Amino acid sequence: MLPTHSEQAPRRELCEQKPSKVEGGRNFGDGLFKWITAGFAASAVILLAAMVMQMTRASALSIQRFGFGFLVGMDWDPVQEIFGAFPFVFGTVVSSVIALLLVIPIALGVAIFLAELAPGWLTKPLGLLVELLAAIPSIVYGLWGMFILAPWLLKNVYPILEKTLGFLPLFQGVPQASGRGMLAAGVVLAIMVLPTVASVSRELMVSVPKGYREGVLALGATRWEAIRVAVLPNVVSGIVGAIVLGFGRALGETMAVTMLIGNRAEISASLFAPAATIASMIANEYAGSSDELYLSVLTELGLVLFVLTLLLNMASKLLVWRVGRMPGVERSL
Amino acid sequence: MRIAGCIAVAILGLSIGCKPSDTTIDKKSDASKLLTQSEKIIEIQGAGASFPYPLYSKWMAEYQKVDPRIRVNYQSIGSGGGIRQVMEKIVDFGGSDAPMVDEELAKAPGKIFHIPTTLGAVVVAYNLAGVVGLKLSSEVVARIFLGEIKNWDDSAIAALNVGVVLPSQPISIVYRTDGSGTTAVFTEYLSKTNAAWKEKVGAGKSVKFPIGLGAKGNEGISGQMKMAPGSIGYVELAYAKQAKLAYAFIQNSQGRFVEPSLESVAAAADSVAGRIPEDLRVSIVDASGELSYPISAFTYVLVYEEQADLSKGVELAKFLWWAIHDGQKLGAPLHYAPLPSQVVTKIEAKLREMRVGKQMLLTAKN
Repeated sequence: MLPTHSEQAPRRELCEQKPSKVEGGRNFGDGLFKWITAGFAASAVILLAAMVMQMTRASALSIQRFGFGFLVGMDWDPVQEIFGAFPFVFGTVVSSVIALLLVIPIALGVAIFLAELAPGWLTKPLGLLVELLAAIPSIVYGLWGMFILAPWLLKNVYPILEKTLGFLPLFQGVPQASGRGMLAAGVVLAIMVLPTVASVSRELMVSVPKGYREGVLALGATRWEAIRVAVLPNVVSGIVGAIVLGFGRALGETMAVTMLIGNRAEISASLFAPAATIASMIANEYAGSSDELYLSVLTELGLVLFVLTLLLNMASKLLVWRVGRMPGVERSL
Repeated sequence: MRIAGCIAVAILGLSIGCKPSDTTIDKKSDASKLLTQSEKIIEIQGAGASFPYPLYSKWMAEYQKVDPRIRVNYQSIGSGGGIRQVMEKIVDFGGSDAPMVDEELAKAPGKIFHIPTTLGAVVVAYNLAGVVGLKLSSEVVARIFLGEIKNWDDSAIAALNVGVVLPSQPISIVYRTDGSGTTAVFTEYLSKTNAAWKEKVGAGKSVKFPIGLGAKGNEGISGQMKMAPGSIGYVELAYAKQAKLAYAFIQNSQGRFVEPSLESVAAAADSVAGRIPEDLRVSIVDASGELSYPISAFTYVLVYEEQADLSKGVELAKFLWWAIHDGQKLGAPLHYAPLPSQVVTKIEAKLREMRVGKQMLLTAKN
């Protein structure tokens, strides 16, 4: 944990110093302004460090007792005081990955339509509606998922998946009678993440200068070719960023997932089977427990989610950087 | 600003309190008297178990009519949270369905009293079209929740329900995932009555269920069950009635199949009333007595014997006194069984021990 902070700190300083060097002025107000904004910027880092410290301290008991085994342990039995976080890590990552796999094509489709193809009178209202999806509270998604989506999936989608893709272990086994499980949670997560990915992607596409498209169209390209050649390569790295943003949201989503995933600390190959995520576990158990060790274990779960998100963010930075250097992208620029 | 707010609240409370009988003139004079005393408004904070919350919130509202100066506040955050907050002295009283264990009591910064406030039952609810009054024994319930009985037409269930047509339908199990008093009572019952359950799963607020789906809270269980034909789960009686879930008759220690009800829960409490320990921590799970419903439990308010603040302590003690006497009558419409009189006598003795320094909080006239 700590090394990443010390890595971030010097980088921040660099960024802050640059403009002041350029300005070079000695205005008192400017100096004050700089320090005030620097204070705000520092507060975010201090807050983060304080949170990590506090969480580490609160989970000390669990860290001491279980050590690294906590991360790879498969069993979760509060009565026997056996705690392994792996099923939760698995559930968190897999449900989010399902969401992403579902959302990427749809979100890109929405973004391309809104930015490139939709008639002007439709763009605004449709874009607004997509963004409105983000304003729906998580609990509403959860209830809707529980009472409408999951039974519908159970009736209409699971049988088809089983019939067509049933040779994969992913789609084997008997779904729960209420339709809840990993897949149901993933589908709702996809809907929740859609507005984030779609609207950021759209903004990016709109920001590509008109001249690029017109140039390609003038060369006799079709609409699709123009999008593929002139627009997409310019925004790929941004779209990867948008997807990562969505992934982050999916990882931490709590309420709707808790209501749909089935809350079983088990790892199953089948997507019909129930699972559990870190966030749902904490939401379920924290308020009700009074046992010191158990609270400590739950706090450590929170810490694990934190590290997971951090790793993901770092990986995404790397990905964005790599994508930005891809030959195709450079050529188009 | 704050005082003005208090006055406004006080007048409001008073006007509600006086509505039925008092004349306008009386109201006025009372209100002006209160204006001078407005700084004396006392807030009592509580937090904990969600199971008695409907009853407690009724009490809070009713108690304002008894004494408009008192505001009782109760946050329904779960039994574990209640224990935690009372141990950290964040609240004036905690609420818990499961009594605190010795280890927790030893860690608390003072002596904590367990005050039983009402009784509850955990029912085994099920979703089977056309089947009413299903009968189950502890053995069958344990085997279902262990995953050994997988189908509703299993011979073990059929043997207890002669003449009932049981569908050939897989059983799907729903359990509470939020560390709850309900789970504690239910698993305590199964551990006490079934050796296999005790060995494989055990008892506690959070346990590892061998099979089934977890749902959060009573509403999660009921939502899950209504969506899933063939499901079985456990919820509080009061909640099952509200949500109109069908629930089973459970065989008690005398071999009778008993319907969970106010009467059968009270019967369970009565059967142990004579041998309640001094600290009032007692389990009435699997109680003896012909009419006792076996999955019953007390729910508790947790208070310190020694209070920090005299005026607040007095009001807290008075409120609890009221709750175990007049307050009991408010329970029945909400499906909470009243405390047996023998238990009330024991609680009275406890409440009389509450003190600040050497000063007892309750005077003899109570």
